[in-house]
Amino acid sequence: MDFAFLLECFERLLPGIPMTLKLAGFSLLIGLVLAVLLAMARLSGIVVLEWFSRAYVFVFRGTPLLVQLFLIYYGLGQFPAIRQTFLWPFLREPYWCTLLALSLNTAAYGAEIVRGGLLSVAAGQVEAARACGMSGWLLYRRIVFPQALRQALPAYGSEIILMVKATSLASVVTLLELTGIAHKLISESFRAIEVFIVAGAIYLAINFVITRAVAWGERRLSPDRPADPLPSLPAA
Amino acid sequence: MNYFELMGFGPNGWGLPMIQAATMTLRVALAAFVVGLALGGLGAWAKLSGSRFARGAADVYTTVIRGIPDLLVIYLFYFGGSAVLGAIGKWFGATGFVGMPAFATGAIAVGLVSGAYQTEVLRGAFMAIAKGELEAARAVGMPPLLMFRRIIVPQVARYAIPGLGNVWQLILKESALISVTGLVELLRQAQIGAGSTRQPFYFFLTAAALYLVLTTLSTIIFERLETRAMRGVRRA
Repeated sequence: MDFAFLLECFERLLPGIPMTLKLAGFSLLIGLVLAVLLAMARLSGIVVLEWFSRAYVFVFRGTPLLVQLFLIYYGLGQFPAIRQTFLWPFLREPYWCTLLALSLNTAAYGAEIVRGGLLSVAAGQVEAARACGMSGWLLYRRIVFPQALRQALPAYGSEIILMVKATSLASVVTLLELTGIAHKLISESFRAIEVFIVAGAIYLAINFVITRAVAWGERRLSPDRPADPLPSLPAA
Repeated sequence: MNYFELMGFGPNGWGLPMIQAATMTLRVALAAFVVGLALGGLGAWAKLSGSRFARGAADVYTTVIRGIPDLLVIYLFYFGGSAVLGAIGKWFGATGFVGMPAFATGAIAVGLVSGAYQTEVLRGAFMAIAKGELEAARAVGMPPLLMFRRIIVPQVARYAIPGLGNVWQLILKESALISVTGLVELLRQAQIGAGSTRQPFYFFLTAAALYLVLTTLSTIIFERLETRAMRGVRRA
């Protein structure tokens, strides 16, 4: 094994880490807001909202993320009307397109996770809160959200990892994040295995930190339960 | 040219190539599923076996694969495979770049990724078999292979269907990534069409619709299979 080359790979891959983290972080943030809105729409009891939410989740979970990205990045430019709007300076940039595609995609998966969390809150809890005179926002903030969050966190942790992995698709639309730089290194040096080892190790390190953080969050949110044994990377 | 002429089956229509490409997507996904099933079976056996080494190896496999982007794995096989083939070619006196066959690269790379998930699905299904079944088989004197064929496989197949359905959906969507190797599957065909007609939105929209058809049909088929496999099981 050529350690000098591995070190060189590592040094050249380092600048890709912020881009990977930025894409994952921002898209998860935007996606979570959309996911909560979609989940609330699905549970709202208003037929139009409910069906919109259903259709959204169906379409975004039923098609590959790469197709969604191409539809946004290459597809939208086909229409002169879109090229004339104020949005065009954003939709022309691979960064904003990737961010949009990732956010819309994770919103669909997140919506199902959030919905599962909201549904898991026992009806008696809500009844009891109502009986105490809580309603609306206070009820959600004090009773529903904390319990839903605890239920949804493990599944959402998997989604975070999947999103970190999904940022690699940005390399296909020319962004130089980790995988983009790795691809460039491979085509320069033709040493796929070494580059793969270094890039893979960086991804593993990132995901390891995330898994630990989520596990810590789970423990913090369940003071009533004893600490779990050390968890491994969660299943998708 | 309007959308229906463009995607129709007339002289200038792209309907037929798109449908043919969809069958290619189906074929490469099936091949990957089979590769994954073989690896998954091996992985599940390793995780359940008493050997500490086998268990450790399987744990490393599933942990690493789940923490690394699939695109990176595809790049590894595409470029790494070419490097290996090139080295073998040099032995026999050939010079220059030897390309990996795109179909095999895609099927192996995606199969390797899905195998990690199939490992967990099969392991879970095996654990769902009632202990008494295995004890009874041993008690009547079944040798291990016969027990495997008559008792384990039919029941693992039954319990694994829902999980394998999820993995299959994952593979269908993942197969879009194989387009980076140049294999003319659905997404690659859409790119080709978009390039030569300059109407990317229509092509990627059609690709998305065809993926949606594939995933929806798969959902229906797996639901049927599940009902069929569970017909002998009493439900509360």
